[in-house]
Amino acid sequence: MSFEDVLPYLLVVAKCVFAVAFVMNIVPLLIWGERKGAAYIQDRPGPNRADIMGIRAGGLVHTLNDVVKLVMKEDIIPQHVERFYWALAPVIAMSVALVTFIVVPFGDYITIPVGGVLEQVPLKVSDIDGGLLFVLAMTSLGVYGIMLAGWASNNKFSLLGGLRASAQMVSYELAMGLSAVVIFLGAGSLSLSVIAEQQSGAIWNWNVFSLPGAIAFVLFWIAAFAETNRTPFDLPEGEAELVGGYHTEYSSLRFALFFMAEYANMIVASAVTATLFFGGYNVPFLDGATIRAHSDILVAALGFGAVPALLSFAVVAFKRRNRPFYRAIAADDIRHREPKFWVATWGGLAVAHAGIGVLGLTGIIGASSFGPDVVAFVLQLTALALKVLLGCWIMIWVRWTVPRFRYDQLMNLGWRVMLPLALVNVFFAALWIIVKESLFA
Amino acid sequence: MPLPAPRKKLSTPESVYLVEVIKGMFLTMSHVIKNIFDQDRFRTIEYPDMRKPMAARYRGAHRLTTRPDGKVKCVACMCCPTICPANCITIIAGEAADDPAEKFPVEFDIDMLRCIFCGFCVEACPKDAIRMDTKIYEINAYTRQDMVHNKSYMINLMDGVKPQAEDVYRSHPEQAPAGYTFDEKPVV
Ligand code: SF4
Ligand code: SF4
Repeated sequence: MSFEDVLPYLLVVAKCVFAVAFVMNIVPLLIWGERKGAAYIQDRPGPNRADIMGIRAGGLVHTLNDVVKLVMKEDIIPQHVERFYWALAPVIAMSVALVTFIVVPFGDYITIPVGGVLEQVPLKVSDIDGGLLFVLAMTSLGVYGIMLAGWASNNKFSLLGGLRASAQMVSYELAMGLSAVVIFLGAGSLSLSVIAEQQSGAIWNWNVFSLPGAIAFVLFWIAAFAETNRTPFDLPEGEAELVGGYHTEYSSLRFALFFMAEYANMIVASAVTATLFFGGYNVPFLDGATIRAHSDILVAALGFGAVPALLSFAVVAFKRRNRPFYRAIAADDIRHREPKFWVATWGGLAVAHAGIGVLGLTGIIGASSFGPDVVAFVLQLTALALKVLLGCWIMIWVRWTVPRFRYDQLMNLGWRVMLPLALVNVFFAALWIIVKESLFA
Repeated sequence: MPLPAPRKKLSTPESVYLVEVIKGMFLTMSHVIKNIFDQDRFRTIEYPDMRKPMAARYRGAHRLTTRPDGKVKCVACMCCPTICPANCITIIAGEAADDPAEKFPVEFDIDMLRCIFCGFCVEACPKDAIRMDTKIYEINAYTRQDMVHNKSYMINLMDGVKPQAEDVYRSHPEQAPAGYTFDEKPVV
């Protein structure tokens, strides 16, 4: 068996690993963003004490601390739980969250030689035709983890949390599905890569920039909050009335799984929303072909363009050494390294980007066989990652702005506002498409 | 039973919850942006690196004052254990060897676990021998026994206090006495 024979299989494995790594690497970033965002909204500095050799990285090190803490904690299994289902629940919650990501495309394609012929391999783990249905199916499966946890905990608070989660899921899933209908009415396909591809090119090709699309986006996004159990829809873990909700009885790594599942769900919900409404992996005004054709110029422009920004970061870091904090600590405190470290880091990155810019100017990227593909992949992945991070930030931002709903308000909103609106929107979208096609075709 | 307060009727834009949510989001974001660009807006005092300056009348841990020759001023008159509402001062008196007319405390213990920091002992003392002007609020130990401050501890209490005062003076230079010099040069 030659290398080219196993390459397709290797590629599948690589794509799986990549999809999981993509989600799992954003999770710690989000935990940091959640804490720091909450702190800045509430006018306090947030986590800022843990350091590695004097470098505190704005509290990022605390995430590392958290992992160590959660791993080292005692894993308590209460006597009164249904052992098997209780242990199964966090696994379901986490794996379902990760599995949903496999239908989200994170780039258009890369070209690799298979059996002597060049083949375009789509950059998504699985090219399911009914990708959108798969997403909806998986997000509803996700609630099983929570329900199972609530029931198997054998505890009235956990059970209430699980019940609330399932009731909430049933109510909002309908509005979510109906707003997704609007998208595939327009796209004519359920496959997420087809939907993403149709939004390439100019920014107004994005689905959110049509009237039914915009309404569908608002409904979908609100439903996504409910499906991920984020505030203002976090009744399943409403700590004020339910102790900890469904995860009351969990500790150590099992709790960590629930905790990470929440963030993984946020990432997946943002990724799906980005793909449906905001062009997915598409860079605005630059479709895949354009990026490949002009890869040299793009690399040069982005490389040199990043230099001033990075240098200004370095200047800010240099100025920060005068903060009262650095004047207050003793002269031999290792945290005095911090401003120097950041000046060196940002300065080094600026030099590296200038180097990348020069590389673009030489033109060897466009001339090589894989260069344009790599540039396209990096740019599209960055575009998707930025959209996902923005979505996640909005979730965090809303969490620290809006108080939790009362249960009857939640049900009213789901059944009496969102469901009728979504239904009307579907008819409106169908009408919109007919009018558009009879006018412009 | 009190009647529930009448509810305010919501105006139309208020009843469309989304508008109010977005207004709220702009408010919180304005805080985030201000805080990113000016981190010294935070009221947080980064204890233990920075400390809040304590008021002049703050009652911290007790210290015993000494005469110029180094002996304690206390004459073991027992005023302070008498007035102490928490009953936490224990004094064993002895006679000074050089002057039999003079008493002094052989042992002077204050159980800081029982002290309520009322300051009565300071008020009662006729000799200005006990003071609570150290501004030390970190009174802690690993054992109960160590929480009982004894005579030599309270005499020498201020020895370790210089660096603590320095912390305050560094973060709040305006509080430092005129002409105060730092031990080592602060980084500027
Ligand atoms: S401060 Fe009050 S309670 Fe404490 S030792 Fe003095 S008199 Fe007793
Ligand atoms: S009141 Fe003053 S002099 Fe009298 S025993 Fe107490 S500390 Fe000593």
